[in-house]
Amino acid sequence: MPSPALESLRRSVATLEGGGTDGHGPDLPLGLAGFEGMRTGVLHEISPASPAAGHDGAALGFAAFLLGGLARLAAKPVLWLAEGDMPHAPGLARFGLGPDRLVMVVPGRSKAALWALEEAARSTALAAVLGEVRGLDFTAARRLQLAAGHSGTTLLLLNRAAAAVTPALTRWRVESLPGAEGHWRLDLLRCRGRSPDDSGMVASWKVEWDGTAHCLGLAAPAGHRPAVPECARVA
Amino acid sequence: MAVNRAAALAGLRPGMKLASALAQVPSSRVLPHDPEGDARLLAALAERCGLFSPWTATDGASGLWLDVTGSGHLFGGETKLLEQLTGRFHALGLTARAALAATPGAAWAWARFGDPAAPILAEAGELEPLPPAALRLAPATVQALSDLGLRRVGDLMGLPRAQLSRRFGHTVVWRLDQMLGDEPEPISPLRPPVAHRVHASFAEPISRAEDIAATLGHLLGSLCRRLEEDGMGARRLDFTLFRVDSTLARAEIGTGAPNRDPIHLARLFRDRLADIRPGFGIEAACLEATAIQPQSAAQSDLEGQAGEADLSRLLDSLSNRLGPGRLMRLIPRPSHVPERSVRRLGPGAPPPAENWPEGRHPIRLLPHPEPIEAMAPIPDAPPLRFRWQGRLHRVVRADGPERIAPEWWHEESEERDYYRVEDEQGLRLWLYRLGHYGHAEPPRWYLHGVFP
Repeated sequence: MPSPALESLRRSVATLEGGGTDGHGPDLPLGLAGFEGMRTGVLHEISPASPAAGHDGAALGFAAFLLGGLARLAAKPVLWLAEGDMPHAPGLARFGLGPDRLVMVVPGRSKAALWALEEAARSTALAAVLGEVRGLDFTAARRLQLAAGHSGTTLLLLNRAAAAVTPALTRWRVESLPGAEGHWRLDLLRCRGRSPDDSGMVASWKVEWDGTAHCLGLAAPAGHRPAVPECARVA
Repeated sequence: MAVNRAAALAGLRPGMKLASALAQVPSSRVLPHDPEGDARLLAALAERCGLFSPWTATDGASGLWLDVTGSGHLFGGETKLLEQLTGRFHALGLTARAALAATPGAAWAWARFGDPAAPILAEAGELEPLPPAALRLAPATVQALSDLGLRRVGDLMGLPRAQLSRRFGHTVVWRLDQMLGDEPEPISPLRPPVAHRVHASFAEPISRAEDIAATLGHLLGSLCRRLEEDGMGARRLDFTLFRVDSTLARAEIGTGAPNRDPIHLARLFRDRLADIRPGFGIEAACLEATAIQPQSAAQSDLEGQAGEADLSRLLDSLSNRLGPGRLMRLIPRPSHVPERSVRRLGPGAPPPAENWPEGRHPIRLLPHPEPIEAMAPIPDAPPLRFRWQGRLHRVVRADGPERIAPEWWHEESEERDYYRVEDEQGLRLWLYRLGHYGHAEPPRWYLHGVFP
């Protein structure tokens, strides 16, 4: 029976060598204590804390941060499938999603959007795809997961609806925290292989996005702020 | 007034007055003349004749031109081609006469005045017995020629040209030259002719989807080989199917970069083929590359090139299915006005990196700024409180104003003062004020964007 220490050592060696666990690509390190990194080639779900209009800035920011990191990690472009209005391009560019890295798709019809999402997930030309989805049923999500697994493309679903997309490997809820820009609370609601605690979450972090350095720092409580926030650089 | 064969046999002539015609044959049916409808029908017929030649055009109100150079062998000879052509018109219920000659002028003359039993003009000498009306001259000129006893084209051919031209005008000589081939007469085709075009006819009409797809695959193979020989790639392809009832079905695809991979192009066509109805059967198919561009030989063994090829295949597939304008890359446009600061480009090759203006930009811009009620110290301090969608927000942190002047060449002429505000819950928003305090009209506040 392999010990947990040996397992985690194996995993970190594999990450350092560039190959992730189970034959997926390397994980995207986030610098969050207790979380190894975003697994690539799988489905992840991100939701804003409130479905009200205008409350999704933090979720969009976190999603854009992940996309930028994944694009840099794999050195391939990413696709953003917008529903309704697309995000503001200069805002996205601050996360490293310039026109050379990002292709924006505005499908218009939900059936076409689902098809486009699957088509993009199946392609090996992209590092990651973000789909703004509403009401994705289990079968469709499972197909997307399989497509992503085959191609190694990471799939991020920005889900504003209340219902969760079950086959996702991780499910995040992102909320704005008071403070300067980029202060978010990330709640990891679900992570395969880990069970939630009493509050219904697997883990929670208060992070601070450093607008220029493309990395997340763990926000220290007020008054104990270090001179330079410790953070893990993304590739 | 025009008459059909039955009416002609009853003694009616074109150009008679309607009253006289009805007096002569009271039971004749009268239909109103519809010139636009006729023109549309003629254009549709010209398009259907695309089965016989890619170069078709209408001629006046009731004629068609077809340039069938080199098409004869596809139909088993020129005689058979003419037979099939006239047969088609008869099947549609139209009376038609066809003739084939070396020049358009000669063909026109032979179709209307020649021997119906020998529709193919063998030599120019056969044109000599035709009347001068065969030269497409005005009725007054024809009358004048007839008065002088010139009742055959052959008579005109023998006369000295300068005098003929002086007496009857330049047109007579010009039409003669056109008929004999001394003067070029270009015909403008309805559909521009395409250099890369492949054609397939079927002995038995096909209608199954698999057969149509197989034909397309076969045609794509030959077309792509020809494109490769010429060092070109296709940007737009038209696949036309000719049904047995002389109607057409057409499918079109486009690519972001020149492409000559038959498998990729067949895949792009797949969705379009599903919409094609075979009707009573398809007797011929034609594939044209309507837009081509030079394409160098693919170097698929280099990593970078393979990745780009994969990406352009994905983008082509998405573009063709979702429609034009749905995929884009976003680049800066030099405008301070936020809603005009982003330009959309097609998804093709990534543009050179240009930088967005410095500073913090919202991650979402509302398509229409939402009016809010705000309370702010005059004259231009950031707001302390604002009410949005019925909820009151108290501002904890704020930055601004950032004045964005209007572009005088656009309509809106008021400047905006933008503020970055954060409320007690951490919501970071971009508000602006239109107008100033202290003026006759109170200023209006709007919410324009959301920060991460």
